[in-house]
Amino acid sequence: MRAISGYTVTSMAVETRVLDEDCRAISGWGRTAPTLARVHRPRGHAEAVEAVLAPGRRGLVARGLGRACGDAAQNAGGTVLDMTGFDRVLAVDTAAGVVACEAGVTLHRLMEALLPFGWFVPVAPGTRYMTVGGAIGADVHGGNHPVSGSFGRHVTALELLTADGRIRTALPGTPLFDATTGGLGLTGVILSATLRLLPVETSLMRVDTERVPDLDALMTRLADGDGDGESRHRYSTARIDLLARGADTGRAVLTRGDHVPYDALPRRHRARREPLDFRPGRLPVPPPRVPGVPLGRTTVGFLNTLWYRAAPRAATGRLRSLPAFFHPLDGVPHRNRIHGPEGFVRYRFVVPYGQEDALRRIVRRIADRGLPCFPAVLHRLGAGGPGPLSFPLPGWSLALGLPLGQPGLGRLLDALDEEVAGAGGRVDLAEDSRVRPEALAAMYPRLDEFRALRAALDPRSVLTSDLARRLGL
Amino acid sequence: MKDAFGAPQSLLVLGGTSEIGLATARRLIARRTRVVRLAGRPSPALTAAADSLRALGADVRTVPFDALDTASHEERLGKVFAEGDVDMVLLAFGVFGDQARDESDPVAAARVAQTNYTGAVSAGLVCAGALQAQGHGSLVVLSSVAGERARRADFIYGSSKAGLDAFAQGLGDAMHGTGVHVMVVRPGSVRSKATAGLAEEPLATTPEAVAGAIELGLRRRSETVWVPGSLQMVMAAVRHVPRPLFRRLPV
Repeated sequence: MRAISGYTVTSMAVETRVLDEDCRAISGWGRTAPTLARVHRPRGHAEAVEAVLAPGRRGLVARGLGRACGDAAQNAGGTVLDMTGFDRVLAVDTAAGVVACEAGVTLHRLMEALLPFGWFVPVAPGTRYMTVGGAIGADVHGGNHPVSGSFGRHVTALELLTADGRIRTALPGTPLFDATTGGLGLTGVILSATLRLLPVETSLMRVDTERVPDLDALMTRLADGDGDGESRHRYSTARIDLLARGADTGRAVLTRGDHVPYDALPRRHRARREPLDFRPGRLPVPPPRVPGVPLGRTTVGFLNTLWYRAAPRAATGRLRSLPAFFHPLDGVPHRNRIHGPEGFVRYRFVVPYGQEDALRRIVRRIADRGLPCFPAVLHRLGAGGPGPLSFPLPGWSLALGLPLGQPGLGRLLDALDEEVAGAGGRVDLAEDSRVRPEALAAMYPRLDEFRALRAALDPRSVLTSDLARRLGL
Repeated sequence: MKDAFGAPQSLLVLGGTSEIGLATARRLIARRTRVVRLAGRPSPALTAAADSLRALGADVRTVPFDALDTASHEERLGKVFAEGDVDMVLLAFGVFGDQARDESDPVAAARVAQTNYTGAVSAGLVCAGALQAQGHGSLVVLSSVAGERARRADFIYGSSKAGLDAFAQGLGDAMHGTGVHVMVVRPGSVRSKATAGLAEEPLATTPEAVAGAIELGLRRRSETVWVPGSLQMVMAAVRHVPRPLFRRLPV
């Protein structure tokens, strides 16, 4: 490719040269470990194929909105394919609830386009600003995982541009499809996907909120909430206050909800006229550089207490809009800036059911250190997907946002990794920016299967990323 | 690749027998570093240094490298980069010289300057170019507080470090936005084998402390690191002391 040769250094000396305009330092949502890559934004299949066939020495990786916290969608010295140009919804079957869309379509766009027809995305993760391709590559999950599984389960077909430049259709049940769900973009560039949707009658949620005094009570409450097939709630999420001391350790606000059927709307409620209205608001953008560490222990402790005290002790049946329920933080654009210039890591792990003691130990260690986790979210996960690198497995999943500047954080997280792996759990690679490569085999027992498939599919490692290099995927 | 905390997986130490270099390597091996290349003049000391790091579990190899032989830098260091990504280059070589003797031996004095400055310029440029090609990496340059203001006691060494420091700052600006991070480390007097027996200077530090500061600087992606940190304030004042007064100071 023309521009690549201009950028690749042929002699070893520093040359005063104008870097290609498309070369940018790229980092994940956590803003750690930025690396330089040439960003290429293909406008159609032909350009994407051309890019894959001429990848340069250091390969390429697809990138969506860059919401993954770690280095999954960056490629030092190589090419990053910005897939946001693939933003067309191709076909909607409003009767069957199936949509075919290009990989760069965001979940936000899908909600805007499909809610008027009474359909909702099957899995709603913590942000709606992610692309369909990213959601498949990271095999994202939401608060409805025990009921609905992860994103890959709802994909009925996908078009994959593999390293040899061929566009293949991958169907569920095939090794290529399975490896692609949760495959972190390393099996190929997802071009489009067909998804099964969830029928809804209104765009409102009926939400039950309660305060839970400690971790044990929280686990019990979460367990009866979605227990034994008879699911009272489709979605449940708990926000834990890990800065609370003493008896309060692990106090949480548990939020559970379900889509409201039209008939269950109160009389004269405005939603009776516009039941499928979807108009999320947005707040002003914070400045590009937030100095210091604004979210230190004091601030987070205050926010956590506020969150806990402001929540009702127990309230049932309150109506909430979709954005307020699923993505309360999406209203703040660039909210990753609030963690300060050093950035943050998101530590998301799962420990299987039966290993509650490991979870308690981990929570106690974090609470003892007084780390300002913002936020700390506990989910229950159900059966995992078929992807060898797919994160979910049946167990407790805790996601923590941690500012990088905490002393000794790296070593603490390494120790927690051991605890997680020892309990048979794993760390989410899509969010990872720091796990020790040696710890990976214990967490993902099917890692060799993934490596073998990748070696067969892409012997020259055309598709690669900083994450793949760091962990030797 | 470096992780979120800036801990590198592969490390190239230029000046493989440097105590600060080895202390840093030990510290980084305890974090993420698995591959270490020690570049230096082949010697029993270099082999021993490699063995000591190997004992910590790293994949260590030595690379023949002579700072004075600038013509060979591109080829020698190019080989290291051709083997695989180097996440961090630590430019740690340098000689202290013997100020009293060197003042009357211009050839020896020039060798100090050539090692500390010319050799570092050449090696620094080679490494920066290679890091730029791979799109990521840190170049950590060991400068010295002696380069901040020339002293009667060590101005030959100090002037060479002053040149190196200025070079590294400029290189850091040239590399800005290329994914390559250049960090200048300015330690005070470092207690080591070389200074054993000499009177201790104020605000002295140890190789381990410098290694710790480097690890922290990598995490913060700092451009300048002072060891100990208080030196930054001290030197901000010292820099402005008038010459007649500075000459009389017992430093």
